Amino acid sequence: MTETLSLYLAFPLVRYALIVGVLIALCSSLLGVTLVLKRFSYIGDGLSHVAFGAMALAAVLNLTDNMLLILPVTVISAALLLRTGSSSKIRGDAAIAMISVGSLAFGYLLMNLFSTSSNLTGDVCSTLFGSTSITTLKKEEVILCVILSVLVVIFFILFYNRIFAVTFDEEFAKATGVNTELINLLIAIVIAVIIVLSMNLVGSLLISALVIFPALSAMRLFQSFKAVTICSAVLSVVCALSGMLLSILGGTPVGSTIVAFDAAAFVLCYLIGKLRGGK
Amino acid sequence: MALLTIRDLQTGYDSHTVTPKLNFTVEEGDYLCIVGENGSGKTTLMKTLLSLIEPLGGQILYGGGLQKNQIGYLPQQTMIQKDFPASVREIVLSGCRGRCGLRPFYSKQEKKLAEANMRRMGLEGFSRRCYRELSGGQQQRVLLARALCATQKVLLLDEPVSGLDPKVTEEMYELIAELNREGITIIMISHDIPAAVRYAGHILHIGESVFFGTTEEYKNSEAGRYFLREVEK
Ligand SMILES: Nc1ncnc2c1ncn2[C@@H]1O[C@H](COP(=O)(O)OP(=O)(O)OP(=O)(O)O)[C@@H](O)[C@H]1O
Ligand SMILES: [Mg+2]
Repeated sequence: MTETLSLYLAFPLVRYALIVGVLIALCSSLLGVTLVLKRFSYIGDGLSHVAFGAMALAAVLNLTDNMLLILPVTVISAALLLRTGSSSKIRGDAAIAMISVGSLAFGYLLMNLFSTSSNLTGDVCSTLFGSTSITTLKKEEVILCVILSVLVVIFFILFYNRIFAVTFDEEFAKATGVNTELINLLIAIVIAVIIVLSMNLVGSLLISALVIFPALSAMRLFQSFKAVTICSAVLSVVCALSGMLLSILGGTPVGSTIVAFDAAAFVLCYLIGKLRGGK
Repeated sequence: MALLTIRDLQTGYDSHTVTPKLNFTVEEGDYLCIVGENGSGKTTLMKTLLSLIEPLGGQILYGGGLQKNQIGYLPQQTMIQKDFPASVREIVLSGCRGRCGLRPFYSKQEKKLAEANMRRMGLEGFSRRCYRELSGGQQQRVLLARALCATQKVLLLDEPVSGLDPKVTEEMYELIAELNREGITIIMISHDIPAAVRYAGHILHIGESVFFGTTEEYKNSEAGRYFLREVEK
């Protein structure tokens, strides 16, 4: 087993994939706590579908760098979704459901009509559930991912206190002079970036799991925002790493293996929480 | 100059007005109670004073060195979810966030201020406790400590005693009165008219008829006499 592993690790591409996976897991878990607590989980889900539609469009247009299309489209949708989500007039959740299902259908339609690929089902499947093998990453993608992840982590650290204030009690924060609109917008943009990043790793249908599971697990165990954030980051990285290693060894699809680990971690945390609570 | 001068202020949502034109002033060190029936627009007025919603007409003038964002407040219902993981210290400290501006982290002074306000509210030893595991009265005190971190001058309290038992209610009133003696201006919304009359210096009654004046004047006014009599029954 260790032999197979070291054999694989000799490939630079596998090492890249591991780095990328860990960074994505870290980033997605950081904002997961806020997303869950602000009841924004659905935005993450909606955005991942938008990203799928954008990716299909990019594939059809034969763009050499599809990130140039996917990233802006997702970021703009994030800002729009946040706006409808906070407006009392439009039913926010309905709007999001509409946009997300719409772009899913639109994306699939585009791929069906215009795709030149011989393996359409395979293409669709890998955009939805992540590539079957992580070794398909290109070097540029790895570099972009590293840069964006570092930016996300820096953003999170610099804005940590503001994110807490806005998550805990937005009205109070606003009344005492925190620019809550700006913070919400930044959070939405960062979520969009994270979602686009995670597309390659786990596919658009499984992204929400990556964002939400570690946060929910950590919330079973810890009582303070800081502890929950740290715990969910650690859990997410550990699950991603074990998931990726297992998928290399067992030849299972990366995305679903990672999510399976996340789900198992949640069950474990839930049980520990129950045991401690019921002592 | 008065801390707050309210001129012909009309409050409401979108174009639907809630309160009629209001005129009143709040001086430094005042203790003002806002009373009125359910739905008369007390919370709406408070949100307007906090600039959370736009006034539909009239003006709010800030004076005496008070800035718009230097008002601490205690919300009526906190939208805070039941499962929110946050320690008492994290919450109290978040009251300082507004004054940080662009600075990402809290300074030493701000941390000291948070400690001091926790002590002031009798929360020593609670700083690492989880907010959601505290009793209603303790939670109220945590939010009060947070509000104190956001202001040196004015506190706006929206029904601070709702849901508290008589003993804790009394303690809460004493705590607020103590803050007022220390020089903090208090604006409190309350349904407890006897307590309002006992503690406050001024009363603003909103509803079908609007009354603003000192507590003495209120006791002798028609609206005041009517409500006090209602309560005594
Ligand atoms: N977000 C909102 N949008 C539109 N109308 C609102 C909104 N919130 C409250 N209202 C309306 O404004 C009026 C005043 O409500 P407000 O909450 O200010 O009353 P209140 O005096 O604080 O009542 P209570 O004593 O029950 O707290 C009510 O008729 C209410 O229906
Ligand atoms: Mg109210």
